[in-house]
Amino acid sequence: MASAAENAQRHHREEIRRRWMLSAPALLIILVAATGPLLVMLAYSFMAKGDYGDVKFGQFSLDGWFSVLFQRDMFDDTVTLADAHLSILWRSLRLSLITTLATLALGFPTAYFIATRPRHTREIWVFLVTIPFWTNLLIRTFAMQQVIRNEGILNNALRALGVIDEPLPIMYTDWAILFGMVYVYLPLMVLPLYASMEKLDFRLIEAGYDLYAGRLAVLRRIIIPLVKPGIVAGSILVFIPSLGAYVIPRVLGGGKNMMLGNLIELQFGSGRNWPLGAAISITLMALVMVALLVYVRNAAKSGAQHG
Amino acid sequence: MAAPDRPQDKRNAIEAKGIVKEFGQGASALRALDNVSISIRENEFFTLLGPSGCGKTTLLRMIAGFEYPTEGAILLHGEDIASLPPFRRPINTVFQSYALFPHLSVWDNIAFGLQMLGRPRAEIDARVATMLKLVRMEELAKRRTDQISGGQAQRVALARALAPSPKVLLLDEPLSALDYKLRKEMQIELKRMQHETGITFVFVTHDQEEALTMSDRIAVMSKGRVLQVGSPWDIYDKPADRFVADFIGETNFLAASVIGFSEGLVRVRLSSGAEIAATLAEGARPGGDVTVVVRPEHARAVKEGGHLSGTVENVVYFGTDTHIHIRIPGGETFTVRQQNARAQSCGFAIGDAVGIDIAADAAQVLRD
Repeated sequence: MASAAENAQRHHREEIRRRWMLSAPALLIILVAATGPLLVMLAYSFMAKGDYGDVKFGQFSLDGWFSVLFQRDMFDDTVTLADAHLSILWRSLRLSLITTLATLALGFPTAYFIATRPRHTREIWVFLVTIPFWTNLLIRTFAMQQVIRNEGILNNALRALGVIDEPLPIMYTDWAILFGMVYVYLPLMVLPLYASMEKLDFRLIEAGYDLYAGRLAVLRRIIIPLVKPGIVAGSILVFIPSLGAYVIPRVLGGGKNMMLGNLIELQFGSGRNWPLGAAISITLMALVMVALLVYVRNAAKSGAQHG
Repeated sequence: MAAPDRPQDKRNAIEAKGIVKEFGQGASALRALDNVSISIRENEFFTLLGPSGCGKTTLLRMIAGFEYPTEGAILLHGEDIASLPPFRRPINTVFQSYALFPHLSVWDNIAFGLQMLGRPRAEIDARVATMLKLVRMEELAKRRTDQISGGQAQRVALARALAPSPKVLLLDEPLSALDYKLRKEMQIELKRMQHETGITFVFVTHDQEEALTMSDRIAVMSKGRVLQVGSPWDIYDKPADRFVADFIGETNFLAASVIGFSEGLVRVRLSSGAEIAATLAEGARPGGDVTVVVRPEHARAVKEGGHLSGTVENVVYFGTDTHIHIRIPGGETFTVRQQNARAQSCGFAIGDAVGIDIAADAAQVLRD
């Protein structure tokens, strides 16, 4: 006869097996549908490019990776930095960073506003913030175009007010991409910020005021340190999709203001250079991974200090 | 009525004048404070005592600056501070939940106020060290606030509020989260700290025993009004009205009628026909039918005679003393508390006929 301890242990093992079984379908999909294609991309990036797209299977080549940063002159074979790629990479990083900072600047007061409403009205505010989510990204991007184009709402309004004589050429500039990304990704910043502000004990703010901290000091010394997890989470959620944005720079940035996503699409499309496209994709993923690691380490460190 | 009062010429630290506080507007407005006026003297341990919802915390928050009065003025050393934000008032608070900053260490919590005041680093270091010593937390200075016990958190909250040397320290039910034994210890500790620092303490509690043991003076509040202000002795022995008498300690209410006055006392006739002398609460109308109160320990159960008579309804043994519940004609119950001087029973059993002897000057005529 099995002892009670053996019984408990067997029960525990069964429980673990049951959980594995239950999560198996999801794990299988993640493995096959997510990791699989990534491995294919990794393999493609090390192959020679086909003449009309595709790759030459089995032909190992570092040309794809080489072309990410360098270019070979057509006539004299001199190697120079691929300025076009570097400027696109730089634009992607810069615009994503500015987008993250702008959504933080806009989202912080918004989240604070919602978190300080009476409990029953907060849900309504959160719902209002998420409404754009229920709309297709392409539609939202075209809506933004209607606002910022030369004959759009913004320019017409500014002209009617007499602020400007000529329409501001916003479309097809980095500004257009920035406006679009801030608008689209703002909810991704507001929601995690709100989630951590909702947990904020507002008596701590009173304690701060009581101990001679003015409004700015309370914000800097109490609120920001306490909602830091929300700031970190929101920044990750905005920065990562910004870096890989495709639709927004395509529609609002026109052909010449590309970001990494557009460059990748170009290589797989009319560029007919799949190994290069694959190599840039892996590069983008690596950038995202680095950003994530920095954040996670930062969060873990502050977590260890502050709980 | 020689209450052991402090000299009247002492300066007032806090004066509240005709404070009205309404939450909401129009007909649905809730009146949390209704024409409250109190004076809190310098270096005094002053307690606001009342049941929850009586407005005591609202009044405290108003002194701190978290609420603004609808009407009236709040004076600190004679200057109106009602419009100053909390961070411009030299007043600190120990919050009910302590509200320690979870992202800062014990040391940083205590230093926070001094840092915000822009004090030099050396002064902050010295002051925090003094405070840690005062609350006996030197060893735990580097701890995070979630790594210390409730009693320790309480001490840190106290040290944090005392560190900037406020003119007035406000304490919002700071002991309510502690268990009984720790609460007793902290009561003594608080008194010691008030004595050592010489700071005016304004203490809010709903615990009448806590109020009686710690305070120099107590303001009893109910439904947004101050019913009585006085020393613990005043409040307990000379309650002004039925609420105060009922809220603080156990008491017996007796119907009586006034029959005359002599030497500041009033002679009343009890329902039994017996006549006793009673003190008169401030503002009590000295005529007609009145209510008098007698504390259970100011009466004795006697075999014969006494001012009242009845039958023993219950005898409850409490260790140090025994409560004898006596039903008196008219249907009311009168409780007598007798000390158990020797290891013997009180000598009364349920159903016994018994007399009640009320000590001289023990009865008080109430205001209402």
